Amino acid sequence: MTVQAGQWPDQLFDAIKRGGVRQVGYVPDAGHARLIDRCRADADIHDVALTTEEEGVALAAGAWLGGQRAALLMQSSGLGNCINMLSLARTCRFPLLMLITMRGEWEEFNPWQVPMGSIVDPVLKLCEAEVYRVGEPADVAAAAARAVRQAFGDERIVAVVLSQQLIGRKVWTK
Amino acid sequence: MDQMRLGRRAAMAALVKDRDDDLLVVPGLGSTTWDLAAAGDNPRNFYLWGAMGGAAMIGLGLALAQPKRRVAVITGDGEMLMGLGSLATIGNKRPSNLAVIVFDNGVYGETGMQPSHTQGGVDLVRVAGACGIATCLDVRDEAALANLAARLKTLHETLFARVLIAADEPPRVLPLRDGAELKDRFRAALGVKA
Repeated sequence: MTVQAGQWPDQLFDAIKRGGVRQVGYVPDAGHARLIDRCRADADIHDVALTTEEEGVALAAGAWLGGQRAALLMQSSGLGNCINMLSLARTCRFPLLMLITMRGEWEEFNPWQVPMGSIVDPVLKLCEAEVYRVGEPADVAAAAARAVRQAFGDERIVAVVLSQQLIGRKVWTK
Repeated sequence: MDQMRLGRRAAMAALVKDRDDDLLVVPGLGSTTWDLAAAGDNPRNFYLWGAMGGAAMIGLGLALAQPKRRVAVITGDGEMLMGLGSLATIGNKRPSNLAVIVFDNGVYGETGMQPSHTQGGVDLVRVAGACGIATCLDVRDEAALANLAARLKTLHETLFARVLIAADEPPRVLPLRDGAELKDRFRAALGVKA
């Protein structure tokens, strides 16, 4: 099956829906704009806009305590905001499904995105997360489905890292 | 002045006295966790030994997941200040079953009684109100504490309360500290799977 370049947000949405996710925390992000819209439009999902991504780590823990599955959407810069709060997921073995859009790599125009973007993978490893990096539209659905199973089945931190090449270049002048 | 303030252990005991199985309590790391343990262990307590700034958001996720039960976050002023943005997030969502209660003594008791921003003039009651939480209580005496305890028995709104307490340091009462066990027994008590 050929996957069109723009379809991957819908595939992520389908994966979290099939996985029974009922709460979605996010800090607004251009890469996740369509996925955020789909979550907000779904009556069975509590969409929770956050002031900072670390709130979402705690939200997901509370959701699991109460028997619901949560997902956390963020841009790579947001991972840096989460590091200490990830102790909560690691110490208590909470499932944490993170869908991360990359900045600071392929054709990045803004150098301020590079310092955090360049350390996303090692930081995730140090925080004991399973990492699925996706660069091609055709690989999104399988990676997301596997991440959902592993996060909630094994009570682990799992990150789907969506490369900047997949997302596309940000347009700076309109 | 301090002699007039409520004692933290007595305040916690009053809030969870005769609790039913539908009251779920999330204390903040440090003193409020010791206070809740001192009031009596319960699998429906999710004690925090870390995750500073996260108590209120754990409460929000839990409240959204368990709309028929009542959730009380009972934390300290320092812990709340680290997660001040979560009041904005909660003020946007406003679940009908969440109380965020801050024991405010104006100091960081666990680290040597250094002054907190509330002692420097930050008014958490007004912050919570400005974040869109309609019911914000300033609890300064026994009568107001009794009123808050009564509201926790039948919660139908998002509620914020600042409880002005004395800056004392009662002996530590340490609960279970294995996070995975705390999580598993909490979920078992609620009978959830997911």
